[in-house]
Amino acid sequence: MHTLMTWAASAPTMLPISEISSGAQPVRGGIYAVAPLLVGLPLASAAILLLAGRRSDRWGHWLGVLASTGAFVVGLLTFLAILGRDASERVLDVHLGTWIDAGAFHLDAGMRLDPLSLTFVLLVTFVGTLIHVYSVAYMDHDRDRRRFFAYLNLFVAAMLVLVLADSYLLLFVGWEGVGLASYLLIGFWNHRTPYAVAAKKAFVANRIGDIGLVVALGLMFSTFGGVDFSTVLGADMSGVSTATLTGIGLMLLLAACGKSAQFPLQSWLGDAMAGPTPVSALIHAATMVTAGVYLIVRSSAIFDAAPTAQLVVVVVGAITLLFGAIVGCAKDDIKKALAASTMSQIGYMVLAAGLGPVGYAFAIFHLVTHGFFKAGMFLGAGSVMHGMDDQVDMRRFGGLARYMKITYLTFMAGWLAILGIPPFSGYWSKDKIIEAAFIPTDGHTWRAWVFGMVALLGAGITAFYMSRLFFMTFEGEKRWSTKADGSAQHPHESPALMTWPMIILAVGSVALGAFLGLGNRFVDWLAPVTGSHEEGDPVLAAPVLVGLTLLVVVVGAVIAWRRYAISTVPVTPPVGTALTRAARVDLYQDVVNDALLVEPGQHLTRTLVYADKAVVDGAAVGVGQSSVGLGRLLRKTQTGFVRSYAATMLLGLVVLVVAVLVTQS
Amino acid sequence: MSPLAAHLPAHLPALLPTALPAAVDTAGRASTGEAVLFWVLAPIMVIAALGLLFARKAVHAALSLIVVMISLAFMYVTQGAVFLGVVQVVVYTGAIMMLFLFVLMLVGVDSADSLVETIRGQRWIGVIAALGLLVVLGGVLLAATYPVPTGLGEANADSNPVGVAHLIFSDHVFAMEVVGALLVTAALGALVMSHRRRLTPKRGQRELADLRVAGGHHLAPLPAPGVYARHNAMDVPALDPYGNPIDSSVPRVLRVRGQEADANEYAARIDRVLAGGAARDVTPDPELATTPGGSAPPDGAAGAGTDGPTTTGEEAR
Amino acid sequence: MNLTNYLVLSGILFSIGSATVLLRRNAIIVFMGIELMLNATNLMLVTFSRMHGALDGQVLAFFVMVVAAAEVVVGLAIIVSIYRTRRSASVDDVNLLKS
Repeated sequence: MHTLMTWAASAPTMLPISEISSGAQPVRGGIYAVAPLLVGLPLASAAILLLAGRRSDRWGHWLGVLASTGAFVVGLLTFLAILGRDASERVLDVHLGTWIDAGAFHLDAGMRLDPLSLTFVLLVTFVGTLIHVYSVAYMDHDRDRRRFFAYLNLFVAAMLVLVLADSYLLLFVGWEGVGLASYLLIGFWNHRTPYAVAAKKAFVANRIGDIGLVVALGLMFSTFGGVDFSTVLGADMSGVSTATLTGIGLMLLLAACGKSAQFPLQSWLGDAMAGPTPVSALIHAATMVTAGVYLIVRSSAIFDAAPTAQLVVVVVGAITLLFGAIVGCAKDDIKKALAASTMSQIGYMVLAAGLGPVGYAFAIFHLVTHGFFKAGMFLGAGSVMHGMDDQVDMRRFGGLARYMKITYLTFMAGWLAILGIPPFSGYWSKDKIIEAAFIPTDGHTWRAWVFGMVALLGAGITAFYMSRLFFMTFEGEKRWSTKADGSAQHPHESPALMTWPMIILAVGSVALGAFLGLGNRFVDWLAPVTGSHEEGDPVLAAPVLVGLTLLVVVVGAVIAWRRYAISTVPVTPPVGTALTRAARVDLYQDVVNDALLVEPGQHLTRTLVYADKAVVDGAAVGVGQSSVGLGRLLRKTQTGFVRSYAATMLLGLVVLVVAVLVTQS
Repeated sequence: MSPLAAHLPAHLPALLPTALPAAVDTAGRASTGEAVLFWVLAPIMVIAALGLLFARKAVHAALSLIVVMISLAFMYVTQGAVFLGVVQVVVYTGAIMMLFLFVLMLVGVDSADSLVETIRGQRWIGVIAALGLLVVLGGVLLAATYPVPTGLGEANADSNPVGVAHLIFSDHVFAMEVVGALLVTAALGALVMSHRRRLTPKRGQRELADLRVAGGHHLAPLPAPGVYARHNAMDVPALDPYGNPIDSSVPRVLRVRGQEADANEYAARIDRVLAGGAARDVTPDPELATTPGGSAPPDGAAGAGTDGPTTTGEEAR
Repeated sequence: MNLTNYLVLSGILFSIGSATVLLRRNAIIVFMGIELMLNATNLMLVTFSRMHGALDGQVLAFFVMVVAAAEVVVGLAIIVSIYRTRRSASVDDVNLLKS
């Protein structure tokens, strides 16, 4: 801790003298000197908790909360400092020192402080701190609570590295760090095999995305000669071939797909719900899974210059949006339904990010509001599980509103927010995305219609399945089963440590959208990063769109109300239509993955193993065996008898002399 | 060995150049006397050498080798290599072959070497190789043309040892030094190689005495034979305090030969003694206890055996 | 008499010595065969010395003797130590070179 402080204090002296291009201003001193603490505090806490072991069991969780809170305070101070600057001077670069200096490749480690990264810092540390507090109570009975907090802190540190990095390589470090933390936390209860398998699945799926990021790094280095944001994003894109830019964009998209569970790499997110519920709330709803959106928005300069890549981004977002929504309609597991919803909502964000300058700000806006209401709902789900003896089957819930008033109310706030009912925060962000989707880009009206309608349809389905989830859980008649030990369920409200974070998040779900959306505050705040744009006109008038969206949402919610609130919900899931059955198994995504990737891979591996054994090993072993055979043959002459050797010598001598005589004569 | 070594070099140099044909005649041929000597010695040498090859006993082989070597010494002297001839006798025959014999005795002089061949084909290979070598060597030696022999008359002008010494200590002095070092090294090497590390502590007198006590052996001399003898008391066992004969009191040699007298022969007398009747002057019990020592023989005849028991008792152990 | 006779005799002795080395199994006799070969060489050296009228051959023979003495000392020490451990002086018993 001490060394960290001195490091942070000495950081400003290491600032480079050289200019930093592309508007990022080098800063020194003041509040920015402590910015490294953003990462340092949680990282140090994680290290202490992991190294101290069981000795820190008693106070470890509070240290974790403290570190997270500290990071939030530092983030808030930095935010205020930047807020005090002129809008044009809000992109800052805190230099930390030379990181890599290898020949032509020179890279400094630094922190990019700008509205985008600070938005993430505040979201991550604020929601993260709330979830830390929540976890203190939620994980109360777990023997490894300290380890859990160590991992949570590790995650916060890695996520902050990811968003604060001033180069793609440092971003990659954070990217891998959150992947590791995610893996560790999904498999936190790895003594249960399915959970360990789920962790592995998430890890592998993420690796596929990471390949994209690595390839993108290589392409950037060969194209721009560097991988820091200043070099890459500040470069003159007109001098670079569109094909290269499209390649970089698609690779970045692949990375984003892996991390953000977008089609076709989305299959891991549902299984990731194996982790403890706070993990699902923090990592798999609010922060980590949105890193892909961050990556796309951060790389806006590249995507703006590569329209094809942008189109693919939009398509992926649209597909995932519908995909997640459909899957969400069929899931009975409350956490998996929420996971599908997360997938779908991130689809919205990706869609918005793919729309170009018109959507970047809304993507981030929706990301922030979604972080609040989805985290709130996940915490609500955790609270329900807490009160229902870890039951997750919604068909076994029902009528919980009376037993868990606070959970009910906070969940309702989140529900209304995600539905996009004004004035809840979802309305301010999601409606804007739908509206942006209806704006034709480059004059392609048909695209506006297609994507707009998809977004609109998605809103309707979202309304249906979220209402279904809400009604099945809190309304209707009781369908509780007995506890695992056979005693009757006694649903009860969670302790204050759990309810207060939910309440705070609920407040955010209610008011944050209006606070940030009114007067375009948030869009203006992000303008230094996303750039300002000429807002085009949607193919339908904006008020019409708002009305249409609301209509669709209400229709979806009413259908859900009719089917799940006032009619009896069967305890065992009905057979359902073909679509329902498909949605229950994630639209056969796992089957498709197995058939397309896993099994051919296994066959290829088996073939290679066989070829390796037969050909490579055969050759190697053959050479060895023939030498052994030759050796065996020669060994016969090695009797070990001195006299044999002497005879050989003498015979050789005679032969030599004869040979000499014959040749000489 | 020392008188020989001191004796020979002192006299021979002055004597030999005139007495022996160190030189050759103008045609490069040796004298007739030398030819006679050669033709006498050569067959002996070859036969003796074949004896080395065929002798069953190693000692015979060594002896035949000595014959070859002494004959060689003769030839050296005949050929004007007087110094070498002497060294041949002193070093080879006197030292090296004695060393061989010494080791033979150590290993076992009786060990006859089986002439049955154990390695398959070795005998044929050996014979073919040796014969091949013989043919090749003989062919080369016979076919080669030699210069006309000059003889050593000139070189041996100052006597052969002086000439050799001049060469050794001038041209070959370095080799001489090196060979000296080699000899020292070899002697040390032999010491090291034949040295056996003591694995158990040395047994001194004290340790041996302790062993005897620990082993429960008789520490004192064995009891002397009895004294109830008519002719030789050595063959009569002594009696223990209970009147039983003690076998070990009779010398082992007599026991092995079966010349031990049976104590029963004297049973009657013993009984009388035990009963106290026949003891003419002495009370029976103290007498019985002291009889083994033979210090106070009741019977005058027993006096003859009094010397023996102490020595034979010692022997018998 | 021609001096070549000495040379031929030397060759015969050398061959017999080599045959002894090859055919006998007792290490001491094998060793004696080697000594015989050395002696045969010495005879040849002495004869050549006489032929050429120079004493270098005798000097060389002298060195051969010295080296032979050294060799005998070490060789016999080896034989003794082998005999001590293996209770045998047969060269065929010492075939540890073969695995």
